[in-house]
Amino acid sequence: MIEILSIFLLCLTVITAVAVIRARSLFTAVMLMGIFSLLMAAAFLLLDAADVALTEAAVGAGISTVLMLSALALTASKERVEHVRFGVAVIVCTVLAGAIFYATFDKPPLGDPNAPVHQHVAPEFFSITREEIGIPNVVTAILGSFRGYDTLGEVIVVLTAGIGVLFLIGGTAPMGQVSPSSGDQTIRGLRHHQPLRVIAKWAIPFIMIFAFYVQFHGEYSPGGGFQAGALFAAAIILYGLIEGHRRSVQVIPPAVLRAMAAGGALLYGAVGVVTMLMGGNFLEYRVLHENSTTAQQMGIILIEAGVGITVAGVLLAIFHAFAARDRA
Amino acid sequence: MSALTDLFHYWVFVVLLMIGFYGVMTRSNLMKKLLGLSIFQSAVFLLFISMGKVEGGTAPIVLDGNWDATFSNPLPQVLILTAIVVGISTLALGLALVVRIKEAYGRIDDIDAPEAES
Repeated sequence: MIEILSIFLLCLTVITAVAVIRARSLFTAVMLMGIFSLLMAAAFLLLDAADVALTEAAVGAGISTVLMLSALALTASKERVEHVRFGVAVIVCTVLAGAIFYATFDKPPLGDPNAPVHQHVAPEFFSITREEIGIPNVVTAILGSFRGYDTLGEVIVVLTAGIGVLFLIGGTAPMGQVSPSSGDQTIRGLRHHQPLRVIAKWAIPFIMIFAFYVQFHGEYSPGGGFQAGALFAAAIILYGLIEGHRRSVQVIPPAVLRAMAAGGALLYGAVGVVTMLMGGNFLEYRVLHENSTTAQQMGIILIEAGVGITVAGVLLAIFHAFAARDRA
Repeated sequence: MSALTDLFHYWVFVVLLMIGFYGVMTRSNLMKKLLGLSIFQSAVFLLFISMGKVEGGTAPIVLDGNWDATFSNPLPQVLILTAIVVGISTLALGLALVVRIKEAYGRIDDIDAPEAES
């Protein structure tokens, strides 16, 4: 039954992907991309990746759709019909697809417990998590402890991308460049749509609570800093869409967002420096507390907080940069 | 049945990868190229998550202290979880570049071609 559902979902993702590439209206393409992400999230859930599904649903279907729509408002909503020679592209794709398709026959079947990928570090991660970290969500344990350096790197990448966006469009648009669809919508939002306002008013507090739940309960259930940051940003973005950009800036001013983006990464790095000062290696949580399990959990909670703050700060700063550009 | 379900996820990976790649190659609209890249990226996510699946397993979250249950491999999930968030950050950077290109050249289609009508 699960297999059939899985195949059905994957067929839908392929159809949606084709439609995204074929659609001439960019608005249609972006909305289809949101559906694509949601289908992908469902497929991930069927593959036992609850944390990934939560992230994909919040980030792919939610925030990236909003960002692409705000970019569309600043550029063009239609793709110009052009005359490209498709021949070479078709040949390249067919040959490449054939090669990779041929390679899949060497892969172990889906779900094979004896596949090489399950033989090396994965069993060790489980046994060490059980003995030394003691939190039920092994994904969080790997993210925060085993691969702590990697996660620090990812946080820095997110921060760097945020800084890049602010450099590119953080200022105001050059004079005389009034974007086609700017005006009332972004300033006043959708306040005149009464049903939307009422629903948003009910939904936003719950999204916020869910974000904090995902943040602080991430050791026990799916979730963690990345998802919580995205959900928190989504709640504020929803508020900004409904009540207008100006009001959402009043809720959390851009200066605070920039401080959040940098502060979260700094908190993460500081945990590493503190462990060094206490005589351990960088991000070696063991030295934080006499009890090694408590020490690991302290470390993971601290760095997850850093991740959540940075992700929320960067995503909101990016959203504000696009929305403010539209007003200029 | 099993021959189909054994490798079906990997075949979908191939197809999605090629759809995204085809979009990047043939569409001159920069937004379309970014959408193609996103599909390409999602295909890679699907490959990793599919490899982590274990038959009869559950999500790698231990319930009621039952550590001996069968779990899917958490490592690919961690890699992809962070990749998704990095993916949206890079997408935002790409969108910002598209916005600047639009402001500088007045169009986002066919920016390689010489200025024709605008």
